[in-house]
Amino acid sequence: MHKIISKEKLNDTVVKMTVEAPYVAKKAEPGQFVIVCASPDSERIPLTIADYNREEQSITIIFQTVGSSTMMLSEKQEGDYLEAVAGPLGKASELDGLKKVAVIGGGVGCAIAYPVAKKLHGNGAVVHTVTGFRTKELVILQKEFEAVSDKYVLMSDDGSCGKKGLVTNALEELIASGEEYDAVYAIGPLIMMKFVCDVTKKYGIKTIVSMNPIMIDGTGMCGGCRLTVGGETKFACVDGPEFDGHLIDFDEAMDRSRMYGDFEKHAREEACNLLHKEVQ
Amino acid sequence: MADMSPKKHPMPTLDAKERAKSFKEVAVGYDRETAVAEAKRCLNCKHKPCTQGCPVSIDIPAFIEKVAQEKFEEAYQIIRQSSTLPAVCGRVCPQETQCEGRCVRGIKGESVGIGRLERFVADYCSGKSEIEVKESNGKKVAVIGSGPSGLTCAGELAKAGCDVTVFEALHIAGGVLVYGIPEFRLPKQIVKNEIETLKAMGVKIVTNVIIGKSLSVDDLIQNEGFDAVFIGSGAGLPRFMGIPGENLKGVYSANEFLTRVNLMKAYEEDSRTPIIKAKKVCVVGGGNVAMDAARCALRLGAENVHIIYRRSMSELPARAEEVENAIEEGIEFDILTNPVEIIGDENNFVKAVKCVKMELGEPDASGRRRPVEVEGSEFEISAESVIIAIGTSPNPLIKNTTPGLSVNSRGGLVVDESEMTSKQGVYAGGDAVTGAATVILAMGAGKLAAKSIIEYLNKQ
Repeated sequence: MHKIISKEKLNDTVVKMTVEAPYVAKKAEPGQFVIVCASPDSERIPLTIADYNREEQSITIIFQTVGSSTMMLSEKQEGDYLEAVAGPLGKASELDGLKKVAVIGGGVGCAIAYPVAKKLHGNGAVVHTVTGFRTKELVILQKEFEAVSDKYVLMSDDGSCGKKGLVTNALEELIASGEEYDAVYAIGPLIMMKFVCDVTKKYGIKTIVSMNPIMIDGTGMCGGCRLTVGGETKFACVDGPEFDGHLIDFDEAMDRSRMYGDFEKHAREEACNLLHKEVQ
Repeated sequence: MADMSPKKHPMPTLDAKERAKSFKEVAVGYDRETAVAEAKRCLNCKHKPCTQGCPVSIDIPAFIEKVAQEKFEEAYQIIRQSSTLPAVCGRVCPQETQCEGRCVRGIKGESVGIGRLERFVADYCSGKSEIEVKESNGKKVAVIGSGPSGLTCAGELAKAGCDVTVFEALHIAGGVLVYGIPEFRLPKQIVKNEIETLKAMGVKIVTNVIIGKSLSVDDLIQNEGFDAVFIGSGAGLPRFMGIPGENLKGVYSANEFLTRVNLMKAYEEDSRTPIIKAKKVCVVGGGNVAMDAARCALRLGAENVHIIYRRSMSELPARAEEVENAIEEGIEFDILTNPVEIIGDENNFVKAVKCVKMELGEPDASGRRRPVEVEGSEFEISAESVIIAIGTSPNPLIKNTTPGLSVNSRGGLVVDESEMTSKQGVYAGGDAVTGAATVILAMGAGKLAAKSIIEYLNKQ
C-alpha cells in the first residue's frame, strides 16, 4: 500500500500526485515508469515517473483522466492509499554527454519531458524547451520548465497563451535561427512526436521519443506494448520506453493505441454515469 | 484383493455444451465413494514405478492405500510430505506421461487414476488440516516469483524453519497458476487456499516488487539480509512468429490474452477489462497454453475457434485430457497447417489468417518428424482475433541486473545438478532455467533447490 502524500489538480483533467514508494524512489531515473493500481481490482496503468525524492522515499506521478481506470485513480485523495506502485520499470534516459538539447513536450507528455529537462539542466547541458497545449487552461509545469531551461517557448493551438501554432513551428524557428542541438527529446501525443521526427529527420538531428502504448505487466510478459522499431518488433516496457524516433513506425503505433477505442469510450461513459449517480 | 476392472472410474465433468459457455471448473472431481473404489484398483505393487514417474517423488501407493482405508487425512499428510501444492498438481499435472504412465495397471488396461485421487484428497482435506509452524533456524531466504517453483521452494524452506519471503512482480501471488491457467481448469480459489496454507506456515509474500528493477539480487543479499536466494521468475517473454500482420489489432500473445481473461478477470460478466471478444478466433500452437487460450475464447462468446498446429494430432504437446476436452467443446483443429501471414481489414483489425499445409518429413533434433511446407497449398481461415501460443522465453530482467549470473544461449539460467547458479548462494529452477515446461517440473526443481539451499545454509 502506498500513501498519497499530496495531490494537486494541474488543470481540469490532469492530476499530480506524490506517493510513498520506497523501492521505486531509491532507484528511479528519468525516463522510467511505474505500474499503478488504484484499488485491488482496478486495472494496471503504466505512468511515467515525473519526479522522485530519494530522502522522502516518494515519487510523483502526473496523469490525465482519460478512461475509467484513471478516473478511479483521480478520485483518491491526500492521505488515501494506492494498492500498488510497482517499478521503476523500463530503461532510464541516456542523457550523459549531451551538451545542448531541445526538449519538446506536448500536453500531459510535459510531465514526462520535465524530469528529462531537469536532469539535463543538472548535468550542465543547455536546455531549450518548447511546450504545446491546445489552450491556456491546459498549460502545466510552466514554472518548473522555466526554472531548468535556458530558453522556454510556450505554444498553444488557439493562441490563448504563448505563441499560436504547433511545437514543430517553434522547433523549426529555433533551428532556422542557427541553434544546433546534439539531440531533440520529444514527448507528447503520438501525432506530435511523429511530426517532430519529420522535422528533425530533415536536419539530421538525433531524436528520442518516449512511447506509452497499451501495457499490462510492464515487465515484458504480455507483449501488448509491441512496436515496430527499425523493422523489428520491440517491447516498449523492457526495450524502451524511449526509442530513436526516426526508426519508429508511428502509423502502426497510433493504430494500435486505438485497439480498445470503443471499449474505453463505453467504459468512460459508464463510469461517468456511475459517478454522476453517486453525486445525486 | 484389488478391484481388477480394467478401466479407471471416469472423471465426472460438466456437460460439454453447458461448460463451453461458462468458466466453471470442467472436471467436477471424484466423490468419496468413487475415490475409495478407485483407490482399491491399486495393486500396491512392490516396485512402485509410479513414484519414480513423479517429479516430486510422492509416495503414491502409500497415500492411495490410506484412501482405500478411508483415512483421508493421513493420505493428505503423506502427499504433503512431498508436495506443497497437491490440489494444483491433481488438476494440472500431465499424469499420463508421469506417475500414471508407469502404473502397472496401465499395461493391461487403464492405470489407476492417481491424479484424480490426489485431487480428491487435497480438496477433501484442504483447510481442515493442522498446519505445523517450524521453529526458526534463523536463516533468511528470498524467493523470486510466486509461481509453482517459487511456492514449492518456499514451502520446503519453511518446513525446515527458514524465514522465507516471496517477491512477486504482479499484484496477485500465484504466477502462471493465476495469470495463465484458466478458472475452468484451476479455480483461483484453489490457488489462494494453497497460498494461505503457505502463509500459515510462516511464509511472507510481498507483491508488486520486481526483482531486477525494484531490488536487485545483490541488494537482497547485501542490503536486505538474505542468506540465500531462489530465482523462480518463470519464462515470461512471449514469442511471436515474425510473419507479416502480427501487430494488427486483434493479435494477442497467449500471455496477454490469458492475463486479461484470468488475472484481470475479463471472464466475469461485469468486468471492465478491455478485451476483444471475437466471434471467429484462431489460436496458433498445440500446447496446454494453446488449449487454454482456445477454450477461453470459446467461453468469451466465440462461435468458431480454430487451433492451428504445424504437426499432427499425435504430436500435440498438450495434455491428452485437455485436447479431449477441447474437441468435446467444439474447438476445431487445423493440424499440419502453418500460418504465413495475418491479413487485416481497412482499419487494420484482423480479418483472416493465411496458412499453408504441411507434411511430415524426416525426424528433427527433438525426434519428432519435421513439418515441411506443401507447395501451392495456401489458404485462408477467416478470423477476427489471433492468439499466438508458440512458447515463451526466460525474462532477462534478473539476468541483466545480476553480475556473475550465467545464462545459456536461449536465455535460461545455468544451474548445476543442485540447482545452484553461477553465483554463490543463488539458486534457480523452473521455466527460468528450462524455458517453458510444466507446473510439476517447476515444482520438482523448486523442491530440489530448497534441499540444496538448506544444505548450503547448514554449511555457512
